Amino acid sequence: MAYLELKNIYKTYGTGDNATEVLSDINLSIEEGEFVAIVGFTGSGKTTLVNLINGLLEPTKGEVIFKGKPVVGTSHERGVIFQNYSLLPWLTVEQNVLMAVKEAFPKREKAVYKRKAAHYIDMVGLTPAINKLPKELSGGMRQRVAVARALSMKPDMIIMDEPLGALDALTRGTLQDQILNIWGKDKRTALLITNDVDEGIYMADRIIPLRPGPNATLGPEFKIDIERPRDKTLMNDNPNYKKTRNAIIEYLMDIGAERKAQASEEIILPDLAPKDFVNQFK
Amino acid sequence: MKQSVTLGKVTKFIGLGSFMGLFSGKLEKDDYKALLRKVIVPIASVLLFLGLWHLGAKALYNVEAEFRIEKALNEQGQAAADEMAACIASGDITCQPNTLPSPAQVWASFQSLLNDHALISADKAAFAEKTAALNEKRVAEGKDPIVYTGRPSFVDQIFRSLKTVFAGFFLALLIAVPLGIFIGLSPSLKSAFNWFIQIFKPVSPVVWYLLVFMIVKTLLIDSSEDSSFTISFISVGLCSMWATLVNTSMGVSTVDNDYINVAKVLKLGNFQKVFKVVLPSSLPLIFTGLKITLSVAWMVLIAIELLAQSPGLGLFVWEEFQNGANDSNAKIIVAMFVIGIIGFLLDRLMLAIQNWVSFEKTDAI
Repeated sequence: MAYLELKNIYKTYGTGDNATEVLSDINLSIEEGEFVAIVGFTGSGKTTLVNLINGLLEPTKGEVIFKGKPVVGTSHERGVIFQNYSLLPWLTVEQNVLMAVKEAFPKREKAVYKRKAAHYIDMVGLTPAINKLPKELSGGMRQRVAVARALSMKPDMIIMDEPLGALDALTRGTLQDQILNIWGKDKRTALLITNDVDEGIYMADRIIPLRPGPNATLGPEFKIDIERPRDKTLMNDNPNYKKTRNAIIEYLMDIGAERKAQASEEIILPDLAPKDFVNQFK
Repeated sequence: MKQSVTLGKVTKFIGLGSFMGLFSGKLEKDDYKALLRKVIVPIASVLLFLGLWHLGAKALYNVEAEFRIEKALNEQGQAAADEMAACIASGDITCQPNTLPSPAQVWASFQSLLNDHALISADKAAFAEKTAALNEKRVAEGKDPIVYTGRPSFVDQIFRSLKTVFAGFFLALLIAVPLGIFIGLSPSLKSAFNWFIQIFKPVSPVVWYLLVFMIVKTLLIDSSEDSSFTISFISVGLCSMWATLVNTSMGVSTVDNDYINVAKVLKLGNFQKVFKVVLPSSLPLIFTGLKITLSVAWMVLIAIELLAQSPGLGLFVWEEFQNGANDSNAKIIVAMFVIGIIGFLLDRLMLAIQNWVSFEKTDAI
């Protein structure tokens, strides 16, 4: 049985005439220990999908089933790394992580919490910045704190919503490796939402494109048959990589073109011309 | 060097910024610019202000003096007019024109108020010494000790006013912050209180005073104690709490959605959510409200003390006005400056506390 299963999910915002269906008929199943990436254009409903899985939102129709039980509200079993870090700016790095540790493991001694927090901060290499406030950190460092915070709750599954979207290419690369490293250690189930096809191919076992919203739905999946650990430079010459990459990009481009074609058909400009104003005032 | 550090802290507190460069002797070009802008320009503007004030006061003095001489001439003839002119020129206090005092007169009044304070303090000390033995005996017998009932000095009045304003401020804080948090958290409470806030916010301090007077008078009907302090601090509190109430509820209800999501994902309980996420993130707005509250409290205090006959700067101003003595006007101006300067310092104090407790550093305006 699948670890996480999405069954016929529909999500509509608003009611009545103002209703917009953002997601329609989403079906997805993820096995335990799998790393799945969902790739989509901006505005295609990726964040909505993530929030449905982590429990911040409820689907209008359909069911999210996690470990055999329907998802109701958030849970410590599903750690979330948000797109914009979402660190609390008045807490230091340690305090931000401590807050999560304390919630996930209630009624322990203070020293235990401190040790746990220190462990996860060390894991993302931020021990020197442990007493700094988020605003004193660079974007990459902040995202690493967010990673440490999510991991410190020992979730069964990690959900990442464009975690590296706001970072520069170099930092991105390092952080991808770091996340893969951590994932590789205890093979937790992971779901990565991204708009970067290369990132998906580099990190995931499977890539599923999300067709752009409204009425976004998942496209056909692409399996990535490249052995781990993957090497970025070697991967470029891997025929498998090239093939998958081209296939995915082609697919996404096709949807894009399709959308465009539809859009140009839909918008018909009214046949209007300005009145003869000048002569009117003469 | 140590002195210069303290001095730097002081200049920073009053909003002039710190001139470490100035005090350590290392002057760069930028420091000269800063010196010009932050020290020379303010000093020049103060001097200009004093000059204009002096000239204005002199003009008003002349108008008043001429009017008196004219009046004497019309009513009593040339001899009386000459006598009046001579009297005014001699500086005799019995016939001085009563108008806007000049800066020098105000300064002299300030000095005399300080002297007065020294005299009264000495008097008080002497009284305490004289009655020490007797009071001990009275207390032992179970009677009330004899207290000093002489008039308060100007400095005493300042401290009385500060006491009233802080009592009122803390009352406002105790009511407005918790209430604001509840209103901000619950939309139904918000709609329940909204009309209430909108209607009572613009009510004038005088009306608040009368309302509080009606209630407190009845509540303390059996008490022989002077209720003026109670009435004035409650009025000050009620008058000034609205800014904090509105700001707190706004801060609490507009917490960044990201932080709320974090709280949800971490599964914080309601109590934890309020204290660990909602309150810290709304602290800057709460403090903005408190800052406004304190300055409003100080501003309305004067009017309320005046009405309540509660000792303090407001009463001082009123009494001096009623008094009509030769230096009364100058004393009123002294009180005006003292009120202004204390208000400014209170504002800075709040700013310092705000920067100390909240994560967003705010610059002085």
